[in-house]
Amino acid sequence: MARYAMVIDTKKCVGCGDCVVACKTENQTPEGFHRDWIAQQTHGAFPDLTLEIRSERCNHCENPPCVPVCPTGASHIDEYSNITLVHHDKCIGCKACIAACPYDARYVHPDGYVDKCTFCIHRVKQGKKPACVSVCPTHCMYFGDLEDPTSDASRLLKSRKWKVIAPAAGTKPQVYYLI
Amino acid sequence: MSKKLNRREFIKISSLGLGGAALGCSLFDPFDLMGKAKGFAGPSIEKFPTYCEICFWKCAAWAVKKDAEPWKIEGNENDPLCNGRLCPRGTGGIGAYLDDERLKVPLIRTAERGKQTFREASWDEALNYIAKKMEDIKQKHGPECFALFSHGTGGIFFKNLLRAYGSDNVTAPSYAQCRGPREDAYYFTFGEIIGSPPNTDIKNTDCLVLIGSHIGENMHNTQVQEFAELIQRGGTIISVDPRFSVAASKAKYWLPIKPATDLALLLAWINVIIEEKLYDKDYIERYAHGFEELKAEVKDYTPEWAYPITTISPDLIRKTAREMGKAAPRVIIHPGRHVTWYGDDTQRVRAGAILNALLGSWGRKGGFFFPAKKKVPKYPIPKFPKPAMTWWDLNPDKYPLASEILAQGLCDATVPSIDRKCAIKGWFVYGVNIPMSIPNFPKTLEGIQNLELLVAIDTMPSEITGWADVVLPECTYLERYDDLRISQGRIPTVALRAPVFKPRWQSKPGSWIAKELAKKLGLEKYFPWKNMEEYLDYRLKKIGSSLKEMKKIGVKKFNWNQPLYGLDGEDFEFNTDTGKIELSSTVLAASGFDPVPKYTHHEEPAEGYYRLLYGRAPMHTFGRTTNNPILVQLMSENEVWINADVAKEWGIENGQYIKLENQDGVISNKIKAKVTERIRRDCVYMVHGFGHRSKMMKRSYLKGADDNQLITKVLEDPIMGGTGMRGNFVTFKVEEA
Repeated sequence: MARYAMVIDTKKCVGCGDCVVACKTENQTPEGFHRDWIAQQTHGAFPDLTLEIRSERCNHCENPPCVPVCPTGASHIDEYSNITLVHHDKCIGCKACIAACPYDARYVHPDGYVDKCTFCIHRVKQGKKPACVSVCPTHCMYFGDLEDPTSDASRLLKSRKWKVIAPAAGTKPQVYYLI
Repeated sequence: MSKKLNRREFIKISSLGLGGAALGCSLFDPFDLMGKAKGFAGPSIEKFPTYCEICFWKCAAWAVKKDAEPWKIEGNENDPLCNGRLCPRGTGGIGAYLDDERLKVPLIRTAERGKQTFREASWDEALNYIAKKMEDIKQKHGPECFALFSHGTGGIFFKNLLRAYGSDNVTAPSYAQCRGPREDAYYFTFGEIIGSPPNTDIKNTDCLVLIGSHIGENMHNTQVQEFAELIQRGGTIISVDPRFSVAASKAKYWLPIKPATDLALLLAWINVIIEEKLYDKDYIERYAHGFEELKAEVKDYTPEWAYPITTISPDLIRKTAREMGKAAPRVIIHPGRHVTWYGDDTQRVRAGAILNALLGSWGRKGGFFFPAKKKVPKYPIPKFPKPAMTWWDLNPDKYPLASEILAQGLCDATVPSIDRKCAIKGWFVYGVNIPMSIPNFPKTLEGIQNLELLVAIDTMPSEITGWADVVLPECTYLERYDDLRISQGRIPTVALRAPVFKPRWQSKPGSWIAKELAKKLGLEKYFPWKNMEEYLDYRLKKIGSSLKEMKKIGVKKFNWNQPLYGLDGEDFEFNTDTGKIELSSTVLAASGFDPVPKYTHHEEPAEGYYRLLYGRAPMHTFGRTTNNPILVQLMSENEVWINADVAKEWGIENGQYIKLENQDGVISNKIKAKVTERIRRDCVYMVHGFGHRSKMMKRSYLKGADDNQLITKVLEDPIMGGTGMRGNFVTFKVEEA
């Protein structure tokens, strides 16, 4: 079984939002809703400043709080990939998962079900990278299997300093940020 | 026409061993997993070659349909201008096609100009109307009294039409409102312009110096890709910017310079490079002219002199100069693109060019390469008539060194004047939204009200269309053939744009519009091709390709046997008067300008006023994309960046709507305040292209503020007529928003 993860280099990311646009067109997300987004954080005071830019999305947590709260089993971990997914036809739109997610990664699709990032599993199964990773002009995003020690993702996590978002939530996110 | 694979064909190909990586690269997506799970056949995927029209970079791309519906656009893997990855604007380009607020049918004005009262017309009626007016103007005033403002690929066909008609008054705001000073400054120095895309070898550089260039917010594609590689390689980035831009945040050195003083910093750097003998002595001795004049001229421009002017410490000036010296010749003082800032822009950009020369980076690896470009024979047409007069003849004494006609110059020439033989009487405006791109629209309006004919050709009901007599709806780049993309770069490439979709409503390609008008004017001999397919096939066959081949591959690379780099001691003659790099310019001297740049002081804001700076956002190309239904979801309005201390003094909260008033009392539309540490106290910043006033574009109507409206003071470059736009100061109207 694979353990897919995304590793994003904040040093290279310029926050252009191409990942957001590529996701929108690839997955045809409805107007005004996004599966991924850009976060920017400025630290310090003029002129001693740092800026961190992150492309964020569902963290596909190892310990996803959105799954146990789902009353219908729509929110689930995919056996093949360890990715957190939603069966659209099982989802009743109760929003329990939205309340449970510490990352605000989910939204209710106008068609009534909860939607979010799938790591473009439809592309991954064809041997492609997720749309956001494939389009990134800065090549700051890496997608790979952490069970495979030779993957870019595994190697980068060994060689670079990294962090995850809100580690204290205990969710064990699988989206890592190189810092 | 298209490369179409249904599921069965895909499997057939896969079984021949061509599947997997080869097809998995980017283009084919025949398996819809949900569909497959339910036992349905996958969707039908079709892809069509195009090149992007959202900015001048013109990345080659594949537009992809799923079940005959618009789906997505992806970069062409074989295009060195994008390497298979488009920028957010290009990726969202399909929104240009999908926008339901586009111009749909030809329109003829029914009330006075500017009231936006039109009636719908057939193409035949609209073109007859235009042709009749053009004949009238030709009879009454002469054909030279007609002008074309052009921006974008399709403009070439209107240039052809205008020249056939008898006028050379063709202009583009990309010169005097944008990159003009850069091209002229590099031409005066090296005998070559920078061109598009620029010949900066960021891929191989060790040190990149950005003078206000905010790469990353400015998404010119492979430039950003190479910039990110430079970050990864650990190369040195020096960012000179009053704002902590994204590029500044990636830089080893951020120099938060006082705006309008960049030339002082550049001269101080030149001083240090010469005084500390950091320059490339062999290179300068062999290839440069005027080193002694330069040395004498910059003698007093010490870092200590520059410190109070720029607020950058002498220490930091020396340290950064030494970084450049250490990296030389793999160093780039980036020439920038939009450089019409303060009116001494040609001289400022020239100071950067001189610095590049001293460091020996021109023509060297990691500096500037000699660009490769394919020569593609033109489709033969008859010789154009010689116009009796052009804008140049109307202004014999002004801007002696301008290399293109000035857009604002043609606006001025439209205002009647007793000193002039010919005021311009007719305008074609192709893709140029003059009210938001050329400063001082109220003045331009005097000219517009004097026109006998104003034709606007556009895809969107932009502001200028509201002032037109006839509005012609062009289809988007995804619905038309265009001329070939023939780009400069490290290797020559030619790219094809073929239609992906049928034009929506009654919109038509510019190439068709110009040719039909030519017919009505009896000028069809200047458009001798049967149609665009024949035109493109003719040109492509001249270079050993064909329309058929290009439809399959989209972009073609050609061999190039000339070196990209050189100047390592071999003889070389530059295209300048002296045949050398001109550190001291003979051309500028002959025209009475400073042969070596001198520092000029610029006016500073009065108490309570802040210099208005503007720039770009990565997901928009000015006002051209701010109504795009996909891109608007990423950024729907601009913000004004205000230093946190300044905001506190004014009681302005982050996210609060305020208005800005400039030194001439012009008040902006309301705009959200971005209260931030990321900008100096003496300036404010906003992204250009927002604050549309055309009600027909509902997503962008009155969203944010229009910087161009606040740019009422123009600092004109005496050398080439560029319109310096950063000499305007604003104050805050906190209560009124």
